[in-house]
Amino acid sequence: MFAVSLKKALLIALWFGFLCLPIMVIRVNPYEQTVQWRWMNLLLVVGGTLVISLAADFFRSRRAGREATGRPGPVARTIGHLLETPRFRLPALAIAGLAVLLFPLVFSSYQVNIMTTALIYVVLGLGLNIVVGLAGLLDLGYVAFFAVGAYGYGLLNYHFGLGFWTCLPIGAALGALFGILLGFPVLRLRGDYLAIVTLGFGEIIRLILENWNDFSFGPSGIANIPRPAFFGLDLSLRGSSIYLYFLMVALALFTIFVVTRLKHSRIGRAWLALREDEIACQAMGIDKTRTKLTAFALGATWAGLVGVIFAAKTTFINPASFTFLESAIILSIVVLGGMGSIAGVILAALILILLPEYLRVFADFRMLLFGAILVLMMVFRPGGIVPSSRRTYTYAGSAAGGDDHPGPPGGPRTVAAGGREEP
Amino acid sequence: MAYFLELLLSGLTRGSIYALIALGYTMVYGIIGLINFAHGEIYMIGAFTALIVASLLNIAGLPHLAVLILASLAAVIYAAAYGFTVEKLAYKPLRNAPRLSPLISAIGMSIFLQNYVLLAQTSDFLPFPSLIPELPFLEPYAHIIGSSEVVILLVTAAVMVLLTLVIRFTKTGKAMRATSEDRTMAMLVGVNVNRVISNTFILGSVLAAVGGILIASHIGQINFAIGFIAGIKAFTAAVLGGIGSIPGAVLGGFVLGCTESLATGYVSSDYEDVFAFAILVLILIFRPAGLLGRSADTKV
Repeated sequence: MFAVSLKKALLIALWFGFLCLPIMVIRVNPYEQTVQWRWMNLLLVVGGTLVISLAADFFRSRRAGREATGRPGPVARTIGHLLETPRFRLPALAIAGLAVLLFPLVFSSYQVNIMTTALIYVVLGLGLNIVVGLAGLLDLGYVAFFAVGAYGYGLLNYHFGLGFWTCLPIGAALGALFGILLGFPVLRLRGDYLAIVTLGFGEIIRLILENWNDFSFGPSGIANIPRPAFFGLDLSLRGSSIYLYFLMVALALFTIFVVTRLKHSRIGRAWLALREDEIACQAMGIDKTRTKLTAFALGATWAGLVGVIFAAKTTFINPASFTFLESAIILSIVVLGGMGSIAGVILAALILILLPEYLRVFADFRMLLFGAILVLMMVFRPGGIVPSSRRTYTYAGSAAGGDDHPGPPGGPRTVAAGGREEP
Repeated sequence: MAYFLELLLSGLTRGSIYALIALGYTMVYGIIGLINFAHGEIYMIGAFTALIVASLLNIAGLPHLAVLILASLAAVIYAAAYGFTVEKLAYKPLRNAPRLSPLISAIGMSIFLQNYVLLAQTSDFLPFPSLIPELPFLEPYAHIIGSSEVVILLVTAAVMVLLTLVIRFTKTGKAMRATSEDRTMAMLVGVNVNRVISNTFILGSVLAAVGGILIASHIGQINFAIGFIAGIKAFTAAVLGGIGSIPGAVLGGFVLGCTESLATGYVSSDYEDVFAFAILVLILIFRPAGLLGRSADTKV
């Protein structure tokens, strides 16, 4: 048994060694006409693949054995247990809340800025979660709405001198407007085409921002964007970053609240229906056009909103911050977190943004890891790290009979994969 | 008039490359209904492999013709290997998953491959050795047409003819057509569907590698990011011609190439990519089936 899997693993390892031979092992310097042979890489790839194949085989056989008996794994059981019992949840939330409040007082401005960036991505992830996770519309041009908000603030401030607080709702409105503008042409498109067209839109907006110098100042961008003033007082650098941090915390909490309410509302259920089966959804009387447009508009609103905050935080914007790569990162956040799952997206945003900051030594491999995460999550755990759950309602059994499952008196109960409750 | 012809010629050259890559997209879409986002990266990997092997052999001092043949062979073999592996890793496990999953997996694979080449090689633009030999009989026409354009057009034409023959007359081609029409029925009549799908990916990757070698020789430099933009434009070409249709991919490639070339020549060259995306958006809104495609209604 072990010999068979060893042979298979060896073959796989040799195949990958062959694959990586030219690109990883040989490096040619065409100017100096020299060749550099990096045999260490070959060894790493072959060895690494061998270990991974054997480990994968081992875990697969263990999971097959476990599935036969039908018990969830030890990790899933512990997490599920922890999250469900109120005894653990309330103190955990309280501790987290305290940590969030005391964070800027303990750490330096640099750390506070990193955390603010992470919170910006949390809101972006929640916004894209509405479009991709809840409504199932794969939007690859999401960063365009982010750019719209940021450039909206920058340009309005430059031309008309409008302040931060005035531009905040304007940014949100601009985001919603562009969301609807994007939504209209893509109404009839299915998954794959929708993805490419939204990608195209995202790129078009970035290219226009980059090339239309008269309007958007091209690659040099807009500088000296003012930070938000605290009741009329201009703050120092440290004060400003703490102010923005708390602003983002408040915004993030607001977003979580609104998105959760949306998800459990009528429009949220319409989105979920749209995601599952468009034709059945239409047959049930849901207006497909309105549902899709609402998804785009609401999703884009959040991006526009944080776009304004991003511009205020970095005080300088240019088209290079709004590439397809950003959209891919936000998509990774949503995919890693679990499409439609709010807690998962928050966790994933914190993981994907904070870890690279704290593990700076691996910075080069960041994008490589993002790509790998997308593939691995889809293949092994499409539900994400915290799978989304749907609320179901049970009805009391009718006394007249004809009811197969007379359950307890009705009330919302949450059905989740692995027994975890949706917070 | 001369300017117009010059633009047209450069458009046809561009279009041939788009056509070669678009064929890969269209074949894969026809067979498993998936847009292989990573296809552009296969094209890039083919070009990089050709560069590495050619540079290696040039330093070793081999004659020009041997370098051309060996580098092209290596590029084609490696592109096919990468295409095969990508399919097995990222698409095969998701064959029965909802449509969103393989799409996201494809995007992930594309990002992974791009950064893999970036990290393993370099982010600089690497100069590509000119592999296409200078044809002496074109000497007098050097100001109108170069030998690399001629070679590109000829090779593309030859490849199209070969592909059509393969699809029409060989057993593999028949199996591919059967699988793309109805996978379950093909399985029932004894077609090894897994092998057919792998063969499709391999064939598409070979074409992309050929395109990669040709355009890299023509332009003279490559970079890890060429796959992304070329992939999107080739996808536009495939959709323009009607995705799933092989002559459509070729037609779409040429139309896109010429339109882009004429637009950049007469309107503005900054917005080159915007034109391609705009064409894509317009086609998908007004005629999603493409020029040569038949609009398929979804059956409930």
